[in-house]
Amino acid sequence: MFARLILKISPGDAVALVGRNGSGKTSLLRAIAGLITPDEGTISFGGIEPAEAREAIHLLGHLDGLKSSRTARDELSFWTGFAGGSAAAVEACAGQLDLGPLLDLEVRRLSAGQRRRLALARLLAAPRPLWLLDEPLSPLDAAWRGRFGEIMGEHLRGGGMILAAVHDPLPLAARTVEIAP
Amino acid sequence: MSRLGTLLARETALAWGKGGGPMVAVGFYAGVATLLPLAVGSEPERLAAIAPGAAWVALALAALLSLDRLFERDYEDGALDLLTLSPVPLELICAVKCLAQWLAAGLPLALAAPVAAIALGASPALSGLVVACALLGGLAFSFMGGIGAALSLGARRGGLLTAVIVLPLFVPPVIFGGGALAGLAAGLPWSAGFVLLGAYTAAAVALGPLAMAAACRNALS
Repeated sequence: MFARLILKISPGDAVALVGRNGSGKTSLLRAIAGLITPDEGTISFGGIEPAEAREAIHLLGHLDGLKSSRTARDELSFWTGFAGGSAAAVEACAGQLDLGPLLDLEVRRLSAGQRRRLALARLLAAPRPLWLLDEPLSPLDAAWRGRFGEIMGEHLRGGGMILAAVHDPLPLAARTVEIAP
Repeated sequence: MSRLGTLLARETALAWGKGGGPMVAVGFYAGVATLLPLAVGSEPERLAAIAPGAAWVALALAALLSLDRLFERDYEDGALDLLTLSPVPLELICAVKCLAQWLAAGLPLALAAPVAAIALGASPALSGLVVACALLGGLAFSFMGGIGAALSLGARRGGLLTAVIVLPLFVPPVIFGGGALAGLAAGLPWSAGFVLLGAYTAAAVALGPLAMAAACRNALS
């Protein structure tokens, strides 16, 4: 795991974390989200208490937390509501990601790319400034990677921040930080 | 608070849903209650003597059934990560999950308990106390069971491990509830056992979530 890393993200910043498998990209994201405690070092949120800062974080990992036996609409509404978003936003964001016709299907019937879009819709439906993305692009096709780039760009223009662990380059201008053991 | 309501609705729907839920718990309960007379002999006097206690032990076993799904699925699909990323304390989230478990399994079991007790030969006059004990005890089974389920997160064959961790925690409510029922059946004072069962349940509801949250954090890190 990496030993020395200084990383500062300000509103409007997108940072692409690159590094070999096992270099600690996911661990860094989970540490920022407060799921694990680093052995050394500090993570601060500009004076906000870490417990409060969690409400400002969206984590999109390779595990998407979607229950395969429930419908896409049930799952999206739940995660939106639990993250503090409104019910009206659910339909709007589903439309934005072309999920409308899929909402009544059980999650198990969705393809990997469709599941990823469903997980992504949660980020839009309950706005939070800091997005921690772990391999967000991997199941998406070229067209959706482009669309995702536009969505991320919009998030940044609204003062959002993105920290993404990636192997392929992000579809927008981003600072690249390499993590090496 | 609306977040907790949303969570309770989802957890109850999940616990009630396919591949488990109340019908399986009640079916298992009926199965155990049917096996007992086959093992101990079907003389009505003997059965009537053990009926309340037997119904009560079968209830504890049935409560074990759905425990392995309490945290395991959320842990495997990443939902537990996302649940912890909310301003709602993990302790409250755990408490809501156990409450949903009780609504989906404990409540139907409590309604089935007097039927099983009467079928085994217990006096129908006991039914009220059987339901009361099952409702109260079921809550303790859910919250104490949740500790076992959280501690065995990430273990292979976690369901078995959960049972081994949880059964000793089920001993006090089984003793207190069984004592109250045996007391009433014999015409002796029974309130002490019932009050102790209530005290144990209160302790389980108060302390269980702290232990579950600590175990979940440990499993996630």
